[in-house]
Amino acid sequence: MSLRPDVLLAFFCMALATYAARAGGYAVLRLWRPPRFVEAMLTHMPGCIFVSFIMPSVAAGGPWHVLAAGVAVVMMVFTRMLTASLLAGVATLWLILG
Amino acid sequence: MTASSPVTFTWAGFHDGLRLVLPLLPSFAPFGMVVGVLSAGEGLSLLEAGLMSAMVFAGTSQLVALGAWGSPVPILAVTLAVFVINMRMAPMSAALAPWFNGLQGWRLWASLFTVTDHSFALSINEMRRGKRDAALLLGLGVPSWLSWVAMVCLGHVLAGVVTLRPGHPLLFAGLATMCALLVTLWRGRGDMLPWGVAGAAGLAVQAIGLGQPWPVLAGALIGSAAGAWRDRAHARA
Repeated sequence: MSLRPDVLLAFFCMALATYAARAGGYAVLRLWRPPRFVEAMLTHMPGCIFVSFIMPSVAAGGPWHVLAAGVAVVMMVFTRMLTASLLAGVATLWLILG
Repeated sequence: MTASSPVTFTWAGFHDGLRLVLPLLPSFAPFGMVVGVLSAGEGLSLLEAGLMSAMVFAGTSQLVALGAWGSPVPILAVTLAVFVINMRMAPMSAALAPWFNGLQGWRLWASLFTVTDHSFALSINEMRRGKRDAALLLGLGVPSWLSWVAMVCLGHVLAGVVTLRPGHPLLFAGLATMCALLVTLWRGRGDMLPWGVAGAAGLAVQAIGLGQPWPVLAGALIGSAAGAWRDRAHARA
C-alpha cells in the first residue's frame, strides 16, 4: 500500500485541472453576463455536446459499433428504458464480434 | 420557463437523483475496472489507484493519463492531457448555471465536482422539466463517485485474474449509455439542425486527425451556434 510523493503530486495537479475544467464554464458565466446569442447557444449545448462526443467515437470503432449504437438509440426511442437500451447495444456488438 | 422561481436544495431532490442514477451504475463498471487494471499495470498501488479516482473522478482522462504514465511521473504532460480531455465539461457546468446560481459555499463547490457526462444529461433533463431542486446533482454524483472508486479498486485487485482486452464489447457499455441518454435530450424537430451540424463538425475535426476533446469542443460550439443563429432568424421573421 505505497503512496509515493511524486504520484500524489501528479494526482493533485490532475484533480486541480479537472476541477478547473468542470467549474470553469460556470465561473465564466458568473463573472460575465453573456450576450443573448451565447445564452441561446447554451440552450442547444447539451444535445450538441453528446452528439459530437458520440459520433466520432462510434465512427472510430467501425461499422459494427455504428450498428450497435443505432440499436441502443432505437431501443431507447421505443422503450424509454435506459438499462435495456444500453444492454441491447452491448449485446449487439458482443453477438457480432464474439 | 420557471427561471425566476428560487432554487431549492432538499433531501427529496437528493433522493430523486439517487433514483435516476442507480440503474445506470452497472454500465460504468467495465470502464472502471479497465482503469483499475491499467493502473495496476503502471505500477500504482491499490491506495494510489483509489486515490486518483476519488480525486480526479473523470474516467476517460484517467485512462489517457495512465497511457502517458512513467517513473518519474511526467506531471506536466499528464496534467495537460487531463485538462484537455476534460474541457468538454466546461460548457456542461455553464448550461447548468441556473441551478448553480442558487447554491453557495460547500453546496456549490461539491455540486460542481459531480459534473460528469451522465449526470449532466440526467440533470439537464430535470432542469428543462422545470425542476428547481439542485440537490439532485449530489444525488446523482455521490453514488457515481462511490461506485467509480469502488470499480477502479476492484479492477486493480482483479488485475492479472481477469483480462478485458481493448475492444472488448463490454467496454462499449459507456458509449451505449451515452447513446441512450442522447435520446432523452431530444426536444423535437428543432434539434435536428444543431445536432446535425454538431455531429458533422465532430466527424470533420476527427477526420483531420485531431483526437478528443477537439471534436466535441468544435461540435458543441458550432452546433449550438447553428441552433442559436436559426432561433434568431426565426424570431426576426
